[in-house]
Amino acid sequence: MFKALADPTRRAILDELAERDDQTLFELCARLLMRHGRTSSRQAVSQHLDVLEDVGLVLVRRDGRCRRHSLDPGPIEHIVDRWLPGTRDGGTP
Amino acid sequence: MKLYLTSVFVDDQEKAFRFYADVLGFRPAVDVPLGEHRWLTLTGPDDPDGVQLVLEPEAHPAVPPFKEALVADGIPFASFAVKDLLAETTRLKALGVVFTQEPITMGPVATAVFDDTCGNLIQIAQMVEPSAG
Repeated sequence: MFKALADPTRRAILDELAERDDQTLFELCARLLMRHGRTSSRQAVSQHLDVLEDVGLVLVRRDGRCRRHSLDPGPIEHIVDRWLPGTRDGGTP
Repeated sequence: MKLYLTSVFVDDQEKAFRFYADVLGFRPAVDVPLGEHRWLTLTGPDDPDGVQLVLEPEAHPAVPPFKEALVADGIPFASFAVKDLLAETTRLKALGVVFTQEPITMGPVATAVFDDTCGNLIQIAQMVEPSAG
């Protein structure tokens, strides 16, 4: 998972997915271009999404004929629990 | 030269005509029977002399898989300009239109994407006024 997070484009993808679930590849590419200045091809973004899906950070579901992507923070929560116990529950900002 | 036609491939011309006219609000322009299909065009509601949209039958075998691949990745086939994106989105949703991308502002443009029920995704876009100052 750390390898997946090591890439700045993949972190930008997670930033955008954190804002809204169920994004299509088209929406994600537009967000990366307009908000992060990343001109990655659709194919490149698609490959980044495959990496993120493989480590469980991105969930893909089929909605009708559309593929939609969402963030799954589960794997990150495991890290927080391991090294920062007690910070997730009851913690106030 | 100038643009006068643009087209979308539709799985059923009559169904498409109903959607583009009754739901989106386009105006019928030309309707000529051509055997199995029709030469069927519409114009924008406020622009009867403007570019015509052709509702083109997807008769060629290459078209359906092409459309499916675009839809799978959420890619719109056409983009129409609107004055008020949020109002238009609300209006279309009330008519049962399904959106694959909710409205979002990205730089100089705000967009949303919906399903035209005929095998295409369509983007609507509003140019965002640069804020004063």
